[in-house]
Amino acid sequence: MSRKIMVVDDSASIRALIATTLNNEGYDVVEAEDGEDALTKLDSELDGVDMMITDLNMPRMDGINLIEKFRKIPGCRFIPVVMLTTESQEEKRRQGKAAGASAWLTKPFKPEQLLGLVRMVLV
Amino acid sequence: MKDAQSGVFIDEARELLEEVERGLLALEEAPDDPEQVATLFRALHTLKGSGAMFGFEAIAAVAHEMEAVFELVRAARCSVSAELIDLALLALDHLKVLVAIVAGEEQEQPELTSLLDRIRSFCDRLGEAAPGPAAMPDLAAAGDTRTYRIRFYPPADIFQRGLNPLGFLRELYSLGDCLAVVQTGDIPNLDALDPQRCYLFWDLILTTDASVDTIRDIFIFIEDGCRLSITLIDEDGWPENAAEYKRLGEILVERGDLKPADLEQVLQERKRLGETLVAAGMVDSGRVDSALAEQQRIQELRRKRLGSSARSSLRVNSEKLDQLVNLVGELVTVQARLSQFVAQNDDPALVGIGEEVERLTWDLRDQILNIRMLPIGSTFGKFQRLARDLARELGKDVALVTTGAETELDKTVIERLDDPLVHLLRNAIDHGIESPERRLAAGKPAQGTVILSATHAGAYVLIEVRDDGAGLDREAIRRRALEQGLWSESGEYGDRELFTLIATPGFSTAGKVTSVSGRGVGMDAVRQAIEGLRGTVELSSRPGAGTTFTIRLPLTLAIIDGLLVNISGESYVFPMAMVEECVELHRPAAGKERRRNMATVRGELVPYVDLREHFDIHGEVPDIQQIVIADLDGQRIGFVVDYVVGEHQTVIKNLGQLYKEVRGISGATILGDGRVALIADLPALSQFAEAREKEQLERFG
Repeated sequence: MSRKIMVVDDSASIRALIATTLNNEGYDVVEAEDGEDALTKLDSELDGVDMMITDLNMPRMDGINLIEKFRKIPGCRFIPVVMLTTESQEEKRRQGKAAGASAWLTKPFKPEQLLGLVRMVLV
Repeated sequence: MKDAQSGVFIDEARELLEEVERGLLALEEAPDDPEQVATLFRALHTLKGSGAMFGFEAIAAVAHEMEAVFELVRAARCSVSAELIDLALLALDHLKVLVAIVAGEEQEQPELTSLLDRIRSFCDRLGEAAPGPAAMPDLAAAGDTRTYRIRFYPPADIFQRGLNPLGFLRELYSLGDCLAVVQTGDIPNLDALDPQRCYLFWDLILTTDASVDTIRDIFIFIEDGCRLSITLIDEDGWPENAAEYKRLGEILVERGDLKPADLEQVLQERKRLGETLVAAGMVDSGRVDSALAEQQRIQELRRKRLGSSARSSLRVNSEKLDQLVNLVGELVTVQARLSQFVAQNDDPALVGIGEEVERLTWDLRDQILNIRMLPIGSTFGKFQRLARDLARELGKDVALVTTGAETELDKTVIERLDDPLVHLLRNAIDHGIESPERRLAAGKPAQGTVILSATHAGAYVLIEVRDDGAGLDREAIRRRALEQGLWSESGEYGDRELFTLIATPGFSTAGKVTSVSGRGVGMDAVRQAIEGLRGTVELSSRPGAGTTFTIRLPLTLAIIDGLLVNISGESYVFPMAMVEECVELHRPAAGKERRRNMATVRGELVPYVDLREHFDIHGEVPDIQQIVIADLDGQRIGFVVDYVVGEHQTVIKNLGQLYKEVRGISGATILGDGRVALIADLPALSQFAEAREKEQLERFG
């Protein structure tokens, strides 16, 4: 069964890029445009997701908030969460880790970097 | 980047730029609205991120500088001045042009340096330099192979962070040749165990050309809380000319797993260090295993390195080797005598010496025989040339594929294998493979393939010559066999009989059947040569699909494992590799009726050859005899002897010229008491008995 990855980013272009990259490797992708959208969509994913990739800066609910809430959902405690950051966001990265993020990926990244990380985290 | 995705990017960038423009104008009205600043910041941030992702660096660079400015505003390090708004609007115009270029609506690249400089100096004036562009990771990798010792303690809460240590180990394995030893010494008792914590840690030995930084990067996500030590323990050309590596104790001390004082103390006991350390509770067994693994890996690496630069070998005249083998043969014989003597004189001291000599003799024998083993590949090489020349001469297109060139065989066997293999290859190319036209007509590729392969199979080596040609023309061969009176009209003949037929001297050389003529040329010689090596030849052929000859050869000629048996006081040796089992034969129960020699072994009928009868040995037949059941090419055949003595290391001696043509005996050996035992040629015996049986059946109806 193919693994399902939720991609949360307010930028449609980044979502599209990540989704295409992951789809090509045979992963299923659920897209969400911000934290709230992600939580709503998680509700309707009966089997849950195997991994989440989220941006940090998003309207309505940001990534940090999302990670904190996600970790509290039953069954989501041990699921890997990768946050997308930029090199100037040391502080955000620290907060994300405190909130329970597993790993981060610095934008800009190459598709191979994304896939390498997914392979490593999604054991 | 794909066009569809560029389209998504352009649409999004335009929306974002509109948002930025609206925000800037709103800020001009209400300079300190934090909501607006945050919106602006996020829009620029997204633009920077997606611009960089899609490879539009100019857009990312401008957005990055502007983001830096608003970062300062957001952090309340500066307020929104008219100058700032002007500058931002200027940058916005540039961004619009850049996006238009991406969309293909504009051509001319605007001059960006002065704009970027202006924004930077603006930031500098505010006392805060914008962070520089992202430092690209250092990709300059060292080309040399290095070996690292890595000890990896994952953070105890690694699972709660949604990570699995396996992922990290897997990454390490992808970097090179990696060996992991898991350490379980820290696992507490069950009542103290928290199932959500990770108590394991790993010792890894990684041989890779990646740099330490690359290795560290793998662990970047668990930097805090993860204890990681990486030590370089070996690299190319270091140290010079040494295959040895540190001792176990040194490794453990170096790793901090063992106190030097403890090591001193234990070393004085002069036992196996690892065991002693574990027994004394100084180091747990996991850590010792890991240190031993490191030791072994490095020694292997260094040995390989030395081997590739300075493999020391020696050319020795093969006659000297032969002499050595003869001497070992004599030694084995003397040793057998010693064993017998020891068995007769029940002296404990003598028993000890006897056993030691026996062990040394076997070791010596194995070593010497091993020296004589050569890879068969040396012969394969010249066959390529032969195949090429022959194919060209015949106007055929043939590829010779060889596999198993590393398979080792006794030197003598390889030398004497040359001629039979040449015969078989010639046959395959000349008569097996069809002309390109006929192949194409039959729907096969124009190029024919002949596969020459060697593989180990127990005490034997199998050599196959397989072609994908037309296969044997059975009908024509049958006609020919009937003409010559070799086959009978009613007979059923399989592959085995087919081979016997074509290997019959003079069979096909006399034939005029064009499509198969010459098919048997030399086949007789092939069979003789292989049987001379105590091997067998088998044939299988399918019309249209090709023919395969399988040669089965014993690994060595000089000394074999044998089964010593006795018939009426005389000893015989059966090659052990053919023997399957020994069962008792009760005379009255033997199914001698209708003159057929058949015994029932666990409900299965097994034909047998009575060697007394065969060798015409008289004397009293014991009531209970034994049948040695041999596997001859998949067929079980029994050989009746008086009794089985036991295993015997058999040094094969050739019988003299006079006995050369004796069928059923392949050689002789000298026993411990100096007597001679004949070595039975089981396949020949069975064929001989089969032929006689047939003859009798025909005679008596």
